[in-house]
Amino acid sequence: MKPFAYGRPATAAEAVDAVAGDPAAAFLGGGTNLVDHLKLGVAAPRRIVDVTALTSTEIREDADGGLEIGAGVRNSDLAADRRVRERYPVLAQALLSGASAQLRNMATTGGNPLQRTRCLYFQDVTTPCNKRKPGEGCSALGGATRQHAIIGASEHCVATHPSDLAVALSALDARVHVLGPGGDREVPFTDLHRLPGDRPDRDTVLEHGDLITAFTVPALPWARRSAYRKVRDRASYAFALVSVAAAVSIVDDKIDDVRIALGGVAHKPWRAHRAEDVLRGERAEEALFRAAAEAELADARPLDGIDGGNAFKLPLVTRTLTAVLRDLTAEEPGR
Amino acid sequence: MTELLEPRAIGRALTRRDGPAKVTGTAPYAYEAPVEGAAYCHPVQATIARGRCTRVGTVEAESLDGVLRVLTPFTAERLADTEDAELAVLQDREIPFRGRVLALVVADSPETARQAADLVEIEYDRDEADVELRADRDDLYKPEKVNPSFPTDTDEGDVDAALREAAVTLDRTYTTAMYHNNPLEPHTTTALWEDGTLTLWDSTQGVHPVRGTIAKVFGLPEERVRVSCPYVGGGFGSKGTAHAPVVLAALAARAVPGRPVKLALTRQQMFSLAGYRTPTIQRMRLGAGRDGRLTALRLDVVEQTSRIKEFAEQTAVPARMMYATPNRRTGHRLAALDVPVPSWMRAPGECPGMFGPEVAMDELAYELGIDPVELRVRNEPERDPETGNPFSSRHLVECLRAGAEEFGWADRDPRPGVRRDGRWLVGTGVAASVYPARRQPGSTAVVRFGNGRYTAEIGAADLGTGAWTVLPQIAADALGVPVEDVDVRIGDTEHPKATVAGGSTGTTSWGATLVAAAEAFRDKYGDDPGDGDEVSAETPENPDEDRYAMYAFGAQFAEARVDADTGEVRVARLHGTFAAGRIVNPRTARSQFLGGMTMGVSMALHEHSLLDPRFGHVVNHDLAEYHIAANADVPDLKADWLDETDPHVNPMGSKGIGEIGIVGTAAAVANAVFHATGVRVRDLPITLDKLLPGLP
Repeated sequence: MKPFAYGRPATAAEAVDAVAGDPAAAFLGGGTNLVDHLKLGVAAPRRIVDVTALTSTEIREDADGGLEIGAGVRNSDLAADRRVRERYPVLAQALLSGASAQLRNMATTGGNPLQRTRCLYFQDVTTPCNKRKPGEGCSALGGATRQHAIIGASEHCVATHPSDLAVALSALDARVHVLGPGGDREVPFTDLHRLPGDRPDRDTVLEHGDLITAFTVPALPWARRSAYRKVRDRASYAFALVSVAAAVSIVDDKIDDVRIALGGVAHKPWRAHRAEDVLRGERAEEALFRAAAEAELADARPLDGIDGGNAFKLPLVTRTLTAVLRDLTAEEPGR
Repeated sequence: MTELLEPRAIGRALTRRDGPAKVTGTAPYAYEAPVEGAAYCHPVQATIARGRCTRVGTVEAESLDGVLRVLTPFTAERLADTEDAELAVLQDREIPFRGRVLALVVADSPETARQAADLVEIEYDRDEADVELRADRDDLYKPEKVNPSFPTDTDEGDVDAALREAAVTLDRTYTTAMYHNNPLEPHTTTALWEDGTLTLWDSTQGVHPVRGTIAKVFGLPEERVRVSCPYVGGGFGSKGTAHAPVVLAALAARAVPGRPVKLALTRQQMFSLAGYRTPTIQRMRLGAGRDGRLTALRLDVVEQTSRIKEFAEQTAVPARMMYATPNRRTGHRLAALDVPVPSWMRAPGECPGMFGPEVAMDELAYELGIDPVELRVRNEPERDPETGNPFSSRHLVECLRAGAEEFGWADRDPRPGVRRDGRWLVGTGVAASVYPARRQPGSTAVVRFGNGRYTAEIGAADLGTGAWTVLPQIAADALGVPVEDVDVRIGDTEHPKATVAGGSTGTTSWGATLVAAAEAFRDKYGDDPGDGDEVSAETPENPDEDRYAMYAFGAQFAEARVDADTGEVRVARLHGTFAAGRIVNPRTARSQFLGGMTMGVSMALHEHSLLDPRFGHVVNHDLAEYHIAANADVPDLKADWLDETDPHVNPMGSKGIGEIGIVGTAAAVANAVFHATGVRVRDLPITLDKLLPGLP
């Protein structure tokens, strides 16, 4: 751990200038990821810019029933919001499946999707890691890969993104409001996170100094029929091995529309467009659900590992997605 | 027959005497020792698993403001005794395992010490490391004895012939993982070297054992070392013996005389410097008649130790006495690897050693079509199979019967994989528990009277188990006075010498000693003592030890639910019924049983130290990745006990209870998972990937 300067600018714009102008500066939100990384030596910023008081802590409704969520809203408050629970069960369930009550009280909506990808070796500075030091090599390859990616990984990095909230926001086609040195802009949530490619050091498309100020979750009336299912190695307080966020609209016994995103399988929340395409317009039945999952996994590349590897994630994705869709398309969803 | 106390305070569910101080945060733990102007130290660990360091560069670290000293193998004080290689830190350049301490930074603040530790530069001469335990290694060896002093191998009758001739045989291999103790409070020490005396506030399960070890290592007379430890935030055996960190703290203190130095391991450092349980490979062979009676039992255990210090877990020991069979062979073989030094972890021997055999009994029950409770009953020995002695008390059958009744075992459909409750496949399983009831010699207690109150002094340790509370109950009954009139003083070498809180021996050993002192006090001073009257007594020998086999027993019943889609396993219910002598304090005892059972669920489903053979260290070395059962994993735990009073173990009629709760638990869970799914998992932990291929 290295000494750092700590500051709380008066405005978001000042915070952005402070970080953008200093390559060794970092924003601090709830601190639930950055502080861990400071202790582990994974992150060593010289200046920490606290933004927890600089972005909105409000959840506002827009004209057509969508929500604008300030980046400063704590995870626990977002999960408890009545509108979120009623209109986007998938979002509330995702939040509540994450971390612990204490961590959810600290974690911010803006910070949660920006937590770094997880990997035992990324978090252990005594082992090589391309994400920490590009070109150093990937220790996960040939190592412990239980929690690692099966889709979209590269030879440089096989880590997975751990945020549950991000999986739900991906399924809901949320938009991200960003304040950068050049002003405001919007990014589709599904474009926020990157696949590792040959730049595994970059988890997102944000540039240094870009600050998330809010998210918009568009109105989606049929998302009342939605769910988040997180499969993990213990009943609570564990990262997803596989998670599924899904919303389904049934019209005349057919799947009129559907949104699916997967967690625990890739370097980013994985929007399952292929599975959605297979499902849309078809009768809801178990064989179709399985076919949809298998279509999504057509390019999956499981990893060997000293811990048995992660090939189990393929049947696990199929089985979990099938179970979620079965429940959502049952006559009385949500039971 | 030991003369038993009339239980008046004993048996009462008194609240913890240390409770208010702990919940208000005023109980000082070792790191919070009352010292002024402390310095702090932080170890620097090897990042190779075998070789030697050729250079330890300290210039940059030493140039940091606030750094007082950087100790290295080239500069640290030479220890007087380096026979125990685990404790001989900073004495040579050799690296026997990844994580060996190669430098120690002492600084004005913990932050500075840690920052400077990152600046220490180490160069290595690297050798090929060997860290993989396999049963087919050609260099397995037979240790001279297994922990602490059991025979390595046993052989009675003709096992091979009996297996050949048995109506039914079973030959299975089971494995348990590498486990780390992970108490909430890490290993911490505050050390002060002043006027030729070393004072250690150390988080330990035994102040006198630590004093003895440190005095020897530093070549000091014992009276020049004081160890104080009123409170411990858990140890589970990892604080039962001194490990390297306490030596490091003492080295640091002697490098800055007059200034106290504090050391607290990080969670990650605990995975290489504080002991762990060896992984075990257990090949179990059973032969039985159609009636379920065992005709042969053979258990061959393979496990690991470190190259620099042997610790041989006594995994096959419980199989030597648990069930009756005329033909029995057991043995242990070790691989000495380039790994950290294994040590005690809750119920060494019994905990892993009641996994394979108790799952094998379940498999045999299925083979024979006999209820697993009944199978165990049929193999109940009349006398201790190992010594031929009678048991001081053995109520395993009663535990099985009472537990079955409580749990609702009757009319259980034995068929696996046929019960469904919504998304869950449901099954139940049983396993037996056992733990020896031992007494350690060598404690002394003083009983004193003053100002209308009795004080009992003994250097015992309360590692969260309840000694602060139960020792007054014992002393009060031995003195024949109300428990409110008795104070105890424990946790300091200023008090008379006491043995370690380990092997579930604390209450028996210290309690028997207190009773001896109290009775001597009464004999000498009667009911109306004067101020300053005082008597001291040593732990009495127990002549019954050679005449009886002494064990606590138990039966654990688990209900497992397995998600039919995802394979997620939940232990919906776990009920333990124990026969552990008279229960001195039902409140603290229940907590001990439930804690052990929780740790057993954790072993069944979660815990697994993942040693990466390429690097040689445990790579899931924090509590986010090394999963321990959380509250949601143990929704319905229940511990009961029979009304047993053992007349031979000690004057309280009690037996040790700190460890038996973890014994057999993982087997009960594994057996329940089989009943739920039809999938037999023989390798712990039971994770969903092992179940998925067998699910509908």
